[in-house]
Amino acid sequence: MSEDAPGARRSLPRFMLPLACFAALLVLLGAGLRLNPREVPSPLVGKPAPAFELPQLHAHNRYVSPKDMLGKVWMLNVWASWCASCRDEHPLLIDLAKANVVPVYGLNYKDAQDDAIRWLERYGDPYRASAYDPKGAVGIDYGVYGVPETYVIDKRGTIRYKHIGAVTPQILRQKILPLLEQLERDA
Amino acid sequence: MPKHLTLLAAVILCFTLHPQAAQPAAEDAALEQKVTAIAEELRCLVCQNQTIADSSAPLAVDLREQVRDKIRQGKSRDEIIDYMVERYGDFVRYRPPLTASTVPLWFGPALLLLIAITLLLRWVRAKRDTTAAALTDEQRTRAAALLAEGENKG
Repeated sequence: MSEDAPGARRSLPRFMLPLACFAALLVLLGAGLRLNPREVPSPLVGKPAPAFELPQLHAHNRYVSPKDMLGKVWMLNVWASWCASCRDEHPLLIDLAKANVVPVYGLNYKDAQDDAIRWLERYGDPYRASAYDPKGAVGIDYGVYGVPETYVIDKRGTIRYKHIGAVTPQILRQKILPLLEQLERDA
Repeated sequence: MPKHLTLLAAVILCFTLHPQAAQPAAEDAALEQKVTAIAEELRCLVCQNQTIADSSAPLAVDLREQVRDKIRQGKSRDEIIDYMVERYGDFVRYRPPLTASTVPLWFGPALLLLIAITLLLRWVRAKRDTTAAALTDEQRTRAAALLAEGENKG
């Protein structure tokens, strides 16, 4: 680019245009940095929770199935003993269970039964029951790819919310609890 | 003697068992080729810049296994991809489909290029106009005179 411009017709100084472009790029990249690429919008939100019938972790002759939960609002939490961030959200789930706000069921994902039971004994068991899914087949139906994942399911059996990764107090307070309240009110 | 017989039996068994083991492997090769072709269309959600064909993440292994099962069930390529999209969303497709939300993705770069070319053309044209108009007749005669002067000196 030649620098001499005898016909500088613009009233703005010459450096303004590149500067504006740079600023625009900065805003764009800044916004990109704030996005979490792991948060893939789930196509399952607003759809019926996929049906399954899995044996309970603690009692293989009893089952966990979404169709038994019709008529109540409930939460499905996907966890595993090998999952480090599951431990981060665990105290929160324990509190939630103690407060009896919502029935929380577990989906024990690709885990060994002994390890899973020992994990719950060690850190506490917030679940009404945990479905035992050692192969992760139900996990695939729910589009699970980053344990822990949490689903809020309404009285009609529709998935209303999905959170990927550990539930934080902020998410619980700002998203999950208000949603639960609203869903409880709904007929 | 019985010892030798066992050995002989073992050797024979090796030869007879071998082709039996090889046959399913050949069938598997064709199946694996199909699995890989579909797996290359699907994104691994754990390591997002890889397809599930490239990735060895446990989820990718599981999804490949799902693809394999579906092919064995006689499902078509499109049916299998739809199955994955139902669960993981369009994001699972390594080649994003053309939808309202992916229009900028598909045409954005071409649009930016078009804008850049237009701006460049305008800039070049403006530049040409100004240089052409920069010299008045008076200036031209003066320039010619100066040049002639220079030549006389040299």
